[in-house]
Amino acid sequence: MTAAPYSLPRGIDRPRVADWLQRYGVYAAVAALLIFNWIFTDHFMTTDNLRTQLVQVSPVVIVALGMALVIGTEGVDLSVGSTMALASSVLPLYLGYGLLPSLLVALLAGILVGLVNGSLVALVGLQPIVATLALFVGGRGLALVIADGQLKQIENQNLLDLGTNSVIGIPIVVLIAGVLALLVAFLVQRTTFGRQLVAIGGNRAAATLAGLPVKRVLIGVYVLCGVLASLAGVLATARLTASDPSSLGNLMELSAITAVVVGGTPLTGGSVRVLGTVFGALLMQLLHATLVTHNLHDSTAQMVQAGIILVAVYVARERRSR
Amino acid sequence: MAPPEAAAAQSAPPGPPSPPPAPGAVLEAVGVSKRFPGVVALDDVSFTLRQGEIHALVGENGAGKSTLIKLLTGVYRPDDGELRLAGEPGAFHHPHEAQRAGISTIYQEVNLVPLMSVARNIFLGREPKNRFGLIDFPRMHRETAELLGGFGITADPRRPLHTLGIGTQQMVALARAVSVQARVVVMDEPTSSLEPREVETLFRVIGELHERGISILYVSHRMDELYRICDRVTVLRDGRLVHSGDLADTDRVRLVSLMLGREIAEVRRHGATSFGEGHTADRQPVLTASGLTRRHQLQDIALELHPGEVLGLGGLLGSGRSETAKALSGALPLDGGEISVGGRALRRLTPSAAIRAGISMLPEDRKAEGIVPGLSVRENIVLAAMPRLSRAGIVSRQKQDRIVEIFMKRLRIKAAGPEQKVGELSGGNQQKVLLARWLCLEPKVLLLDEPTRGIDVGAKAEVQSLIDDLAGEGLAVLLISSDIEELVEGADRIVVLRAGAVAGELTGDDVEENALLAVLAETGDSDDGDSHSDFGDSTDDAGEAPEAEAEAAAGPQDAAPGPLTKTTAPDAPPESAAGTGTGTAAAPAPPADGEPQSTPDTPGGAGSATAKEDPR
Amino acid sequence: MKALVKATAPAPAPAVAGDAPLPVTADPRPSGRQRAAELLQRQGVLAVLVLLCVISSFVFDSFATLDNTRGITIQASFLSIVALGMTMVIVTGGIDLSVGSVFALGGVLAAWASQYGFLPALLVPLAVCGAIGAFNGFLVAKAGMAPFIVTLASLLGARGLLLALTHEGATTYLVPRGSAFKELGSGAVWGFGYPVLIALALFAVGGLVLQRTSFGQALFAVGGSGDAALLMGLPVARTKVLVYTLSGLLAGLAGALNAARLSSGVTIIGVGMELDAISAVVIGGTLLVGGAGSVSGTLWGVLLLGVIQNLINQIGSLNSSYQSVVSGGFLIVVVVAQRYLSAARRGT
Repeated sequence: MTAAPYSLPRGIDRPRVADWLQRYGVYAAVAALLIFNWIFTDHFMTTDNLRTQLVQVSPVVIVALGMALVIGTEGVDLSVGSTMALASSVLPLYLGYGLLPSLLVALLAGILVGLVNGSLVALVGLQPIVATLALFVGGRGLALVIADGQLKQIENQNLLDLGTNSVIGIPIVVLIAGVLALLVAFLVQRTTFGRQLVAIGGNRAAATLAGLPVKRVLIGVYVLCGVLASLAGVLATARLTASDPSSLGNLMELSAITAVVVGGTPLTGGSVRVLGTVFGALLMQLLHATLVTHNLHDSTAQMVQAGIILVAVYVARERRSR
Repeated sequence: MAPPEAAAAQSAPPGPPSPPPAPGAVLEAVGVSKRFPGVVALDDVSFTLRQGEIHALVGENGAGKSTLIKLLTGVYRPDDGELRLAGEPGAFHHPHEAQRAGISTIYQEVNLVPLMSVARNIFLGREPKNRFGLIDFPRMHRETAELLGGFGITADPRRPLHTLGIGTQQMVALARAVSVQARVVVMDEPTSSLEPREVETLFRVIGELHERGISILYVSHRMDELYRICDRVTVLRDGRLVHSGDLADTDRVRLVSLMLGREIAEVRRHGATSFGEGHTADRQPVLTASGLTRRHQLQDIALELHPGEVLGLGGLLGSGRSETAKALSGALPLDGGEISVGGRALRRLTPSAAIRAGISMLPEDRKAEGIVPGLSVRENIVLAAMPRLSRAGIVSRQKQDRIVEIFMKRLRIKAAGPEQKVGELSGGNQQKVLLARWLCLEPKVLLLDEPTRGIDVGAKAEVQSLIDDLAGEGLAVLLISSDIEELVEGADRIVVLRAGAVAGELTGDDVEENALLAVLAETGDSDDGDSHSDFGDSTDDAGEAPEAEAEAAAGPQDAAPGPLTKTTAPDAPPESAAGTGTGTAAAPAPPADGEPQSTPDTPGGAGSATAKEDPR
Repeated sequence: MKALVKATAPAPAPAVAGDAPLPVTADPRPSGRQRAAELLQRQGVLAVLVLLCVISSFVFDSFATLDNTRGITIQASFLSIVALGMTMVIVTGGIDLSVGSVFALGGVLAAWASQYGFLPALLVPLAVCGAIGAFNGFLVAKAGMAPFIVTLASLLGARGLLLALTHEGATTYLVPRGSAFKELGSGAVWGFGYPVLIALALFAVGGLVLQRTSFGQALFAVGGSGDAALLMGLPVARTKVLVYTLSGLLAGLAGALNAARLSSGVTIIGVGMELDAISAVVIGGTLLVGGAGSVSGTLWGVLLLGVIQNLINQIGSLNSSYQSVVSGGFLIVVVVAQRYLSAARRGT
């Protein structure tokens, strides 16, 4: 009989290409970049250089993982950069008690930020952009107030080790980012929390009627994002060997959103692509490094980055429209 | 499928490639086709709207009505064929080109800007300017008041639109459509959300337009309305033209059979649903609700549901049927009332608490409140049951697969596999997936809000017999349906709601259409429905017709060609007679009745009381 | 009924459980409470601003002085011009994140072009920034991409362009001494700088455009219900392209004026300015979902942010970073209050 209007098999070429691009484009692009550099760039495909690239991208990956979760619920978290600064600013205050207590305090700051964001989104019902804008503005201010506007050198050797040491040849920072990516992937794919998160992003009304704990999950997602951002702040501080709340994490929200979007997670929610996000961050990092080693400037890198974002979103859009 | 009958065959063949423009034609579509990926929405359809006529456009779900309207009004462009405006070939690339050409459209759901004032909405895009080139608000408000006053509506032009009743909003949309010097007004189910009295006002306005010689394309599912006001009719089915001609020559049963593509005898045969005999219910109720109250929506509703019975919930649009179901499932906060399941009162009324207590609800709007389109069939089925199918927060695929397999088999869900995305399934299969979602919770009470709306016939029959089986197995089912036939045949007992309160209950042999209609019609303020309402339950192509058909039963009572036709026929004979004369030699327009020139189309206060505010 | 609910719920996704269909029959006359809520929503910021100013002038001797007022207004003028464009964009339900970068780019372009005279110094930034805005608008309107992400890309792209122009930020163009362009930034009438007067004039025009022209009505319609606007035959795409172009133009103009005032094209300014502008707009009562808002509210919002900053400077002992803490806190209060006020207005 007649087919219902939304049961159309969708498969003319453009959407199919777009679909493929959204799924695998980021991996193909990373591979292409690596091959390009292998051929044309001296000293690029060396262990040292690759290790440096990975170390540099790690904080972005960690923040982007949290951002991917938030975007999966059809939200966005603008406050991640400020959260990094906040975590960095509280870190030196408690280093006297040892690494662990100060680390916990820094993570607590992330939890608090997430709780505020999550409550504004889930309980008050604000748009995520507005809800997280407040802490974007206020968070860094608070960090500066806490640090009294000053840069503080980090003396704690344990913390510094975190930034520089390696385990079996892999830098700790990279290791942490990798493990977190696996954990988040597991969370998204195999836990009720993760699946509920995706369902809420896909159709919030349906999730509510199906009895899902929508508010709890939403708050949880923002808290996770805050915790991941604060952890990234700690690691970035360790690498910098200083707590610098005025510049740490600046524009991080943009890098994280870029990584997520380029990785193929739609801004409209309902899907979280963890591996894609990791590769999205990696792509932007490699691209930047490639351009710089070929004597192209930051300015070019930024414009290329802008172009890639547009392409990624355009592809996602193409795929959505039948 | 049944082969198209002779009548359809006779008018179905497409005309020659470029027939001469029909005389008196205002707007024509000649052999237009429109394809969407994977589906042909319109296939070589020719259509003529003549000067000054009221032309009915009918068809079942997916027949292509909406697509045709969108082609005529510039929202879509045809893939093949051409449009002609007053005999001249033309195409609209944008809705505003169509509007500039004098084609106005009123959509089923009011398409105005809710936050803007009435006057701003009416004049949006063509605001009157003063000599500084700025908008002249005093003049705009004055003209708005005059315009609305002409329709018998008094509404403050400065009021934001969303503060008005939905009927008044529809009138504002009509006022806007008319005020742009329209030659053609397209109305897509304009009465679907109107109260009966508002429908009267609308018809009066249509009558006035008709007198001015404006052509109207009128889309509706309601037979009464069509026969009351329309001159000619075009029937679409599965994207093809099956009939076009004078409405007076096509009686109701034939019209219905054309729409459905079924034999007349088949349509006449009573009992087209797949429900079996009644069930034997337990004495002890499994669900008891009392005093359910919510301001403006529900008043002191009390219900009992017994294991093994199907309780029908009847009522007209706005009677509180869906709200009652939502309240029972914890999705609608209540001002007061108590719900208990198996003798234990629910303390907190939230969807999750209700689900834990064993109440499951299949929501009315499948797309907006049901499916998660991007997730797979498997995940949609286990969505609500996820916590039960996991350990320590970690999902168990084995448990899921077992459940999903059982339900996909039992409900005969047709999908490429459990991993196919639900958004890619047909409406009927989506509905089955949702049913599976609720059934795998093993509920004690199942609330079904319009379970068969907008799904194809085969799936409909399957869902109906499934409801039967479930009740047979001892489940308590609450069935809401605007399809009276479905309600009467499916339910063992029917509680009828009116204005948010229980108006009556039908039990035993009283569960039949006439008794139901009698209860529905008990008070004078809402006229009863007609027995054809069961054909009005197909949702429109757009798939978004919440409540649209719910009021199907609320159509005005007079089934005979109504008074409006009388007034319009004599008033506009030159054009419409000329038009019809060319088509069929016989029949001078609609059936000419007595009372020439009379304008009793608004007997009593129905017209003047109008759509100002709703009575309740 | 569903349509009505959708229509009357412009606020961001309310908790679904409470999202029940509104009764068609609810008394449509606004109640006293609804009126009060509406008044508060419209004029609340102004009231807070006035109150704050009155209190401050008692507490701080140096607050209510002409000098201080001049200082606050000149500080606020650049942000206000940017926020004016942002208001229009947000009324259409969009957002423009690129304004901070465009502001900086406008300044650099103006300083660079000022060597060729007054007109180039003004027209070059307007042309380039207007083009960036048009590009944003084109992608939003024609390609149907999310404004958030399009303008995010422009934020990066404009900043990249700026860096390319300034040799990776190494070059700072200076406005030549004695240039007429310099006068535009430093000149004053009764001590109020030209930028302040220009901003006021732009707000007056902007108010008229928004409230009294067809273009303004189209902005509200597009933001209030894009589908309806399209079906009513409004030129939705053109309106969107225009509004983003306008936002780019205004941001570029603000940047040029700022360059004239500083007599150089500073490369590192404007970072995060888009968020300040959005804050001001939101504080001013414009709904981020579109369809409602006012230019005057934005002006009060900008001034309020300026006054808060000024007060924190007055309390000499306070770290200047308190300003963003206070603004952030204030933003939360305002948006939460708005959320409940618009609920009260809808009588739910």
